[in-house]
Amino acid sequence: MTPEEDRQIRARQKSRALVTGVLLAALVVLFYAITIVKIGGGN
Amino acid sequence: MASSPIMSGAISPTLPAHWRDFVALTKPRVMTLVVFTGLCGLLAAPGHIHPVLAFTAILCIALGAGAAATLNQWYEKDIDGLMKRTANRPLPAGRMDPQSALHFGVGLSVFSVLLMGIATNWLAAGVLAVSILFYVFIYTIWLKPRTAQNIVIGGAAGAFPPVIGWAAVTGDISALPVALFMLIFFWTPPHFWALALFVKTDYAAAGIPMLPVVSGEVATRRQIWFYTAIMAAAAMAPVLLGLTGPVYGTTALLGTALFAFFAFQVFRRRESDPSLMGPERRLFKYSILYLFLLFGAVVVDRWLMA
Repeated sequence: MTPEEDRQIRARQKSRALVTGVLLAALVVLFYAITIVKIGGGN
Repeated sequence: MASSPIMSGAISPTLPAHWRDFVALTKPRVMTLVVFTGLCGLLAAPGHIHPVLAFTAILCIALGAGAAATLNQWYEKDIDGLMKRTANRPLPAGRMDPQSALHFGVGLSVFSVLLMGIATNWLAAGVLAVSILFYVFIYTIWLKPRTAQNIVIGGAAGAFPPVIGWAAVTGDISALPVALFMLIFFWTPPHFWALALFVKTDYAAAGIPMLPVVSGEVATRRQIWFYTAIMAAAAMAPVLLGLTGPVYGTTALLGTALFAFFAFQVFRRRESDPSLMGPERRLFKYSILYLFLLFGAVVVDRWLMA
């Protein structure tokens, strides 16, 4: 594996990790909101 | 300098797929109509749903559609590679390994159904599950490679979203969501075959038995006209059954008349050069606008009636 290939792999892994993190954070907010609505009988 | 697998964009044993390719697998552009018809089903339904749960329901419909599209592309990766229109998708272009796509599709399917069940109700979740399974197993695997009538029955998969949206609010399925299901069901053949007429060479290259390939263009034009007539009846059914009011009635009458006019033009023509198929392209584009208009009118009417 060349240094250039290694750099591209790291960059790809980093961008995927970042997107996964953002999605997980969004899901935390969504599940929190759903829970609050369900507890409050808002459905 | 010879290009490495990474430089050429092809898959490398160690290069993970780009996150944008996972998004591309879900066919976000196709999802627009699915989300819109699902949202209209939800908004037209009687009763109240909390905005957070309504958002979640629409999100689940979108994720379910994305999951079905992903599994479709996983199954058809070899066929997609044979068609110019689809050759650059992540799997045929070699930018992603098939197993990642399969895991993503299955995971997204399960997640969307479970989230729908938890947030709204299990009827909506069940219909969502049926729509994903129908698209993958009945349409993609069974019908599409075998019969030229594939999209007639397979089109049912795309007709579920308003039923799911409705069920998410009410917990049941009544006459109006069934009527909206029938409208999309009979709208799909003229919509899709208009497209198949001017991309015929692509389907022929991949050996997919689309109607123009198997039965010829004249038969396709006749079938477009035939299904337009049935679709017109389906479009007027909500009015005749008293489920909607004058806004939908007027929109459906005028919109369907224009649809029929464009479809009749396509029926009468005998042009076989895809570059000269202006009326066919016009019918295809108008068919999308038509569905947006009618579903928008259903919502307006239901709100006025309420």
